Amino acid sequence: MNAPNKSGWRPALNLDRRGGAGTATGNKALMLEEPLIFEIGTFETTGVDLPDVPDDFVGGANRLGGLARSTPIGLPGLSEPETVRHYTRLSRQNYAIDLGLFPLGSCTMKHNPRLNEKVARMPGFLDVHPLQPVDTVRGALEVINELAFWLIELTGMHGVAMTPKAGAHGELCGILCIRAALEAKGDAREVILVPESAHGTNPATAAFAGYRVENIPATSEGRVDLEALKARLGPDVAGVMITNPNTCGLFERDMKAISDAVHAVGGYVYCDGANFNAIVGRVRPGDLGVDAMHINLHKTFSTPHGGGGPGSGPVVLSEALSPYGPLPFTARRADGTVDLIEEENAGAEHPHTFGRMSAFHGQMGMFTRALAYILSHGADGLRQVSGDAVLNANYLLRSLDDVLDAPFGHSGPCMHEALFSDKEFAGGLSTLDLAKGMIDEGFHPMTMYFPLVVHGAMLVEPTETESKAGLDQLIVALRSLAERARAGDETLKNAPIHAPRRRLDETLAARKPVLAWSEPEVPGGPPTRSEQGGA
Amino acid sequence: MRYLPLTDADRSAMLNVIGAPSIDALFVDVPDGLHLDGPIAGLPLHASEMAVEKHMRRLSKKNLAAADAAFFCGAGAYRHHVPATVDHVIQRGEFLTAYTPYQPEIAQGTLQMLFEFQSQVARLYGCAVANASMYDGSTACWEAVAMAGRVTKRDRVVLSGALHPHYAETIRTMAKFTADEIADALPSIQGAPDIEGLIARIDDTTSCVVVQYPDILGRVFDLAPIAEAAHAKGALLIAVNTEPVALGAIRSPGEMGADIVVGEGQSIGVGLQFGGPYLGLFAVRDPKHVRQMPGRLCGETVDAEGKRGFVLTLSTREQHIRREKATSNICTNSGLCALAFTVHLTLLGEAGLRRLAAENHRLACLAADCLAQVPGVTVLNDAFFNEFTVMLPVDARTVVRTLADRKILAGVSLGRLFPGVEALSKGLVIAVTETTTEEDIEILCSALKEVLA
Repeated sequence: MNAPNKSGWRPALNLDRRGGAGTATGNKALMLEEPLIFEIGTFETTGVDLPDVPDDFVGGANRLGGLARSTPIGLPGLSEPETVRHYTRLSRQNYAIDLGLFPLGSCTMKHNPRLNEKVARMPGFLDVHPLQPVDTVRGALEVINELAFWLIELTGMHGVAMTPKAGAHGELCGILCIRAALEAKGDAREVILVPESAHGTNPATAAFAGYRVENIPATSEGRVDLEALKARLGPDVAGVMITNPNTCGLFERDMKAISDAVHAVGGYVYCDGANFNAIVGRVRPGDLGVDAMHINLHKTFSTPHGGGGPGSGPVVLSEALSPYGPLPFTARRADGTVDLIEEENAGAEHPHTFGRMSAFHGQMGMFTRALAYILSHGADGLRQVSGDAVLNANYLLRSLDDVLDAPFGHSGPCMHEALFSDKEFAGGLSTLDLAKGMIDEGFHPMTMYFPLVVHGAMLVEPTETESKAGLDQLIVALRSLAERARAGDETLKNAPIHAPRRRLDETLAARKPVLAWSEPEVPGGPPTRSEQGGA
Repeated sequence: MRYLPLTDADRSAMLNVIGAPSIDALFVDVPDGLHLDGPIAGLPLHASEMAVEKHMRRLSKKNLAAADAAFFCGAGAYRHHVPATVDHVIQRGEFLTAYTPYQPEIAQGTLQMLFEFQSQVARLYGCAVANASMYDGSTACWEAVAMAGRVTKRDRVVLSGALHPHYAETIRTMAKFTADEIADALPSIQGAPDIEGLIARIDDTTSCVVVQYPDILGRVFDLAPIAEAAHAKGALLIAVNTEPVALGAIRSPGEMGADIVVGEGQSIGVGLQFGGPYLGLFAVRDPKHVRQMPGRLCGETVDAEGKRGFVLTLSTREQHIRREKATSNICTNSGLCALAFTVHLTLLGEAGLRRLAAENHRLACLAADCLAQVPGVTVLNDAFFNEFTVMLPVDARTVVRTLADRKILAGVSLGRLFPGVEALSKGLVIAVTETTTEEDIEILCSALKEVLA
């Protein structure tokens, strides 16, 4: 602190609540406790040098139409060194790919190359406004167009909508294309079929787009039951949403037959491309009869997950759906220049578009990163990506299936992720306990309790960027934890014990939500602006 | 390949454990005839770091970067100085390469940051609760409309004509599929927005009124009469803000009675990046509406030892629990952009934000006065913050293109924003921030003088 806290606020974190085991500060060497900015900052502190202009809008001359702010906002400031330290300390309470294996199934936590970060920060990409005249942003449009070309070629599809901002936004884009295509034929339909093993976003998306959702049953092998699906298909079915490879980690080997059956009744096939990482360069969704598929650039093409976004979810489209794709998009002209097709010129070039899904042109900062990644790997490298991802997952599956129940281990090789259940655990121990045990062993847990079709599901996705030595270490840890769980080792219920926090009370958080900082009660009421010693 | 650690020896040892003859054999479930035998023909093969960097640099050079021009573009994306500290923090691997904090014991860094972010946004907007962010301002705006439908159980949406046209278009697109009825209009070319006209469109079937503040023409006006009129009819007021720096100078929408406040957070901490990724902000004034909110929420709790900690909470609203009954299909937030916002706003603090806002407003006033002296140019706005509209004697699109050749990015023409609307074609929206110099303003004014002469 280089400025006293004049606000009169008391930190909510007092020493006894920090509960330090034997230290006065609550810190434990490199494990450092850090208060909130609201507890250490003041209204007067700033870490930015700005011109010393009068900021008293209320009294001064201004053109704010009588709406000058007259009350404080309540934003604490820190000096630059304090800011760097605050966020550096917070960062050290996070697990991350840079620190170790992060086998979160279906999320594809692979290495994020730093070249991509460098490229995204080139001034010609970072410092360009989305509404500059088109002639001043031809390079940006070329990036979008070049990436679009790769996505179309890798998937064997006809077109691609680049603007969706994340996977779920891409799903919405695909379903809206299906809806628009059906409505253009005057064929309003009501139902979207979704397997029970699907990501929650699938049914949520279909419902958001006004469809009723019905489940598709699965076989004992963990794949879509083709015969049951065929029996349900009819003139009320707008389409199906199928994840391939599916969330049980298996390739839907009947995918082409599914597509043919859906097309035969006039419906469309949406493929959730969350798991495209497993098949890139091996098989093209277009050849499987898919009409629309989103691609999570942050999964297959390694743009950073950033603690939960931003994502990017371009949607590749079949010839049947391409005319309905959203605005804007890019088009390469005969002379090689790349144009932007937006509201103004769409009338002639793209008259059937369902419209715009968001402002501007999509997640440009993700496009530059994904393109740099794709160019680095090339067609040969991307094929090795899927090959190594699948190899790593099968290696884990076969190195663990004697100690962890693999419900679909009999269904042939898995794709990029291995699925286990808690079937053989004893003493009331659960998937959650094993997962928390992984934290103590220095790993991020796998995806827990998903897919819903497997009891106590554990979905492990190592990705292709892990070495054999790294996988062997994970296997040692998981075998040990599995043995403990099978033996009913109660101590697992206390895990984690070495993390910055023990298990957190999620029930309390939901029952009495505290979703924003508020000043603790101070005797004599809250401080006023003048008591804070304002400017 | 530099991103793949397995050696051929590793691969064969692993295949032995699996009992498979080759990697290709692991793809046995891919039907015959559809399995690709080798790299897809006609596509380039792998390239070195140096070669890729060179290619991307060549493409980047085909763009005119804002720093190389006299720059006045706004209309929903603003160029502000981002302190070096911000980029340093967001590039720390522990933030950059982490994911959604599903395991809170080892994600307190991201979670505490999100709690700080939510608290900052709520205060800036004059609201009780903000979520952990949405994709961007336009999608947050649509989600607010959808939420208003859930809260009021009505489906008629009144849009202000001066709402960003991309936002309005996003709402119209979604409404086509949800059967919401949209009542909208074009912006009135007047010094102040047509509040009475807007209020007259609210009736007993209205779910919400969507108003941008400051609006697409940069006009600043009191939201309180609109809030009163909406509430009198049982409708919600959704206020949309695309320039959060303005809220360092002018009253917050929550303070004036807006029920849901959404907006674009890009101005603080996030660069222009040709339009994305950006940062959707979403807040509600009344805590009773929290359970109808879309998106992730971070909340405070304690761990097994009683230490304070943070978790994602109230997830029974969300798709991974509620599936087709969720409040939204959103499955992410804009985490890294939220971090950039929070770090930048922490560096600014209350004092810095107010000073930043003051400097923006000072320069904008300077620019408006200078432009008003250019023959044929009129400044439309009665009131503005850092962005205002000028009316030119000719089509503004042509002028913008001509000036771009002189490395002057003069602003965003209303013709670009509202294509085909003749009455708006001479309008030009001009944004001025602390990155604009007095020299830039001089350059713009004298070039305009020449072009219009």
